[in-house]
Amino acid sequence: MAANLTAGKVEAGQKLEPLAYDVTATTVILGALASRDWRPMHHDRDFAINRNGVRDIFMNTPNLAAWFERYVTDWTGPRGRLGRMKFRMKDSIFPGEQMVFNGTVEKLEKDDVGCTWANLNVEVAVGDRLCTSCAVRVALPADENDNPWERKGDRWRP
Amino acid sequence: MSLPSEVQSWIGQTRYEEETEFPVERGYVWTTCSSVENGNPLFWDDDVAAELTAGPIAPPTMISVWFRPHLWAPGRTKQVQPLQVHFDLKETLDLPEAVMTDNEIIFYDPVRPGDRLKTRQILHSVSEPKTTKLGTGRFWVIEVQYVNQKDQLVAKEMYTGFGYKRGA
Repeated sequence: MAANLTAGKVEAGQKLEPLAYDVTATTVILGALASRDWRPMHHDRDFAINRNGVRDIFMNTPNLAAWFERYVTDWTGPRGRLGRMKFRMKDSIFPGEQMVFNGTVEKLEKDDVGCTWANLNVEVAVGDRLCTSCAVRVALPADENDNPWERKGDRWRP
Repeated sequence: MSLPSEVQSWIGQTRYEEETEFPVERGYVWTTCSSVENGNPLFWDDDVAAELTAGPIAPPTMISVWFRPHLWAPGRTKQVQPLQVHFDLKETLDLPEAVMTDNEIIFYDPVRPGDRLKTRQILHSVSEPKTTKLGTGRFWVIEVQYVNQKDQLVAKEMYTGFGYKRGA
């Protein structure tokens, strides 16, 4: 995990370090159960194939959200505070595949109450197959003394 | 094809106001962090959590975890589904399969161990019938709001689902 990233070290167009991870059946099932998702397509291969018409069990969305969070906060450090995430699921991720996360800073902006936001485009792909994209809005500390987690009420506008 | 009046009546209506079945707890936080190898010290180091967030919090993206019901509970005769509006739509529109295509989460006050969250679901829209590579069905948008025991908004979620019948 990075040390605390401050807004001054970020600019539009900046790339986040890629993260590659080999997905196994354990990855899928552990992720589903950690997120209390008991639906059989995330642990029962026969169900996934015969009912859902896909080739295997596949990663569930809530756990993918946790992967996206990890990817973003690995970059920001613990002072980075998520404001908003919008996922677009295009394809599934199956055991035996390597998923790779990539991210780009689309924009850096300061809102009316002085909070600095990085808008990111983050994607997870398997080979050249884009599986999920995620537009992320994350608050960054303006400097080493700033802490976005201290923002409440009207001072927090995600 | 027009929407059944029952479904039409759900649009804009607040439904399924429920309290989560158990308080937010750190065991699930650590299991989730472990499942994605998230080493953020906010969730593992109490000193960091005390300094930055005035005590432990849960990862924001875990918000939907806290309202997924147990698969079984004493006295329960029917399996309860999370996001019940989604399953109501599948059943009422006779669309046996469904996937989520979009999900947006907006985070407000942090969720903390011990919190008892409440949720409510609002159906925003249902599309005309559409055909995709999965089959023919309809898209719908559902909002889920989450508040804590102090009625502070902790998150909002928007789901876009596609319920469908598989192609022949």
